[in-house]
Amino acid sequence: MSEPLSLATDVLVIGGGLAGAWAAVAAAQAGADVVLVDKGYCGTSGVTATAGPGHWWVPPERREAAVADRVQRALGLGDPEWMRRILDLTWTSLPKLSAYYDFSTDEAGQVQHRALRGPEYMAAMRAYALASGARILDHHPALQLLRHGDGSIAGATGLSLRGETPWTIRAGAVVIATGGVAFASRLLGAATNTGDGLLMGAEAGADLSGMELSNYYTPSVAGTNMARSMAYSFARWFDADDNELDIPNGPDVTPHLARALLRGPLFCRLDRVPEDIRAIMPQVQPNFVLPFDRMGIDAYRDRFEVTLHAEGTVRGIGGLRVDDQDCQTAVSGLYVAGDAASRELVTGAISGGGAVNSSWALSSGQWAGAAAARRARALGARADALVIATGQAGLSPRRKAGDFDAAGAIQAVREELNAYDKNIFRRGEALTASLERLDGVWRELSDHGQAKGRAALRLREAAALVAAGRWSKAAALARRESRGMHRREDAPAPDARLASRQRAQGLDRVFTRFETPPAQAEVA
Amino acid sequence: MIEVIVEDRCTGCGDCVEACPSDVLRVGEGGKAVIAHQADCQTCLLCELYCPADALFVWPEVDRVIGVTAEQALASGQMGAFRRDHGWGEHAATHTNQHWRMGAIFERARLLAIETAAAQNPSNTARHEDIR
Repeated sequence: MSEPLSLATDVLVIGGGLAGAWAAVAAAQAGADVVLVDKGYCGTSGVTATAGPGHWWVPPERREAAVADRVQRALGLGDPEWMRRILDLTWTSLPKLSAYYDFSTDEAGQVQHRALRGPEYMAAMRAYALASGARILDHHPALQLLRHGDGSIAGATGLSLRGETPWTIRAGAVVIATGGVAFASRLLGAATNTGDGLLMGAEAGADLSGMELSNYYTPSVAGTNMARSMAYSFARWFDADDNELDIPNGPDVTPHLARALLRGPLFCRLDRVPEDIRAIMPQVQPNFVLPFDRMGIDAYRDRFEVTLHAEGTVRGIGGLRVDDQDCQTAVSGLYVAGDAASRELVTGAISGGGAVNSSWALSSGQWAGAAAARRARALGARADALVIATGQAGLSPRRKAGDFDAAGAIQAVREELNAYDKNIFRRGEALTASLERLDGVWRELSDHGQAKGRAALRLREAAALVAAGRWSKAAALARRESRGMHRREDAPAPDARLASRQRAQGLDRVFTRFETPPAQAEVA
Repeated sequence: MIEVIVEDRCTGCGDCVEACPSDVLRVGEGGKAVIAHQADCQTCLLCELYCPADALFVWPEVDRVIGVTAEQALASGQMGAFRRDHGWGEHAATHTNQHWRMGAIFERARLLAIETAAAQNPSNTARHEDIR
């Protein structure tokens, strides 16, 4: 058994996916000592590593048009200034990766920076972070934040999975980059995206935004997690009797697929994928073809069964609320980047998919990392000051510690937040029932939950999933209208008075409020 | 889910153990990689990609263990296929990264959707900006 790890640094980055790696690079290049802790392995953790993100890659002369288009589609929740900022930084940042990522050139000899393949992108980001001077601790999940008496953030504690020993890292600033919350669905790459950073942030006093925008779904071969969606843009859809369904492909395909799945099994044919694309598919998306090849399905000829996986806030939108230009949260010294943050500023009420979300991760990571470095170098780690541990549910039970069924809690989250009839087609009554059920699970967990070693991590993940589920349900209940991906069957039209971002906060009691209170909202 | 590690192929380098984002693997007492927490496997396939010896075999189904044997895995012809398609290691020259074509592929799909929609209903349009 190894000794507990205790160290002090300028900047602690929690999470080593796309945003966390960019944060580590920026903080280290700003001259800070940086430690990045990852629940898994920086390079394979998170949804970028299994995917292949495009970026919002727009030449300067076309940017105003792109922003104007996005603002319109953001349905009142976006901010053109933030959109311009991420377009700018994306354009200047990706070429800097050329020492670590082998960018392709097209037939005309033009270097192609826009879309990077996930495993290679994240391997490059790991190399870039290390070369910039960051220290990476893999398999070191964080469990809770530490704060000073004045409320500012002082570091974090967690668990080293090898040897199951605790760690404590004191820091002058902390960047949360733990990714979105996929609500325990089987989404590719998202098993570790349990909302840990949202819970830790909220316990330390941060608030959230856009948590009702947490219901994006992606098709995949039934029984698998292979949510690479490109080929499905050519799909034809069929019911169990092999009748072709009238489902137009495009951004609004999900409700059609979900309705079909609520009626019975859903099948797909990819026979419209052109031959030349089939030929290169293994070298475009190697993981897309793999399940078909192994399971003996001819992807482009056979009919195969499909399902829809919940993405929660991954390709949804909500997360910790960014409170200033540096991506600081409402808590002093606590920054947030990537999918752990609400992306409403750049996406509005519709998904940022891969492109806008990746640009957000790259940008928010660098802003958060650089600002955290400035703060930490000005204030130091204050490593000798007494600090307060902020973790609650699953760490310090309010009543007698006892057996708590973490797997049962996670299953409850799945049932309430993955089910199409509860989460895509929302209604007030069902939202209330979900919220009551999750409130009950939360009470039980906070009262009695406690565990050691790996089980402690699983319990904290369960707590984070339940907390995020409650914020999502409460926000969806309060937004009594339909806007973007948030669809209320009992209020199908947008309400101009609610064209405003909605905040959420609270643990034992959950509160939400609109930034512009409806009574004063201008009619759009 | 990770099904099997072919012992004869494993060199004990530990790369898969480090790379697994869900901490499923360990270097066992015999100095070779072993499956320690199979239920935690998220079927991301990245252990296969990181194994230079092509010793691991992942089955695409996420919710159950099939029980694939080392012999079956070897006979499948699939061991190492993922690393090959990625063009890692010795496959770099023959399997180049064509991922950058994704944008053009989405554009083809978008145009096809517009054509199809126009044929069925002239008022329909479609767009595909949000891609991953």
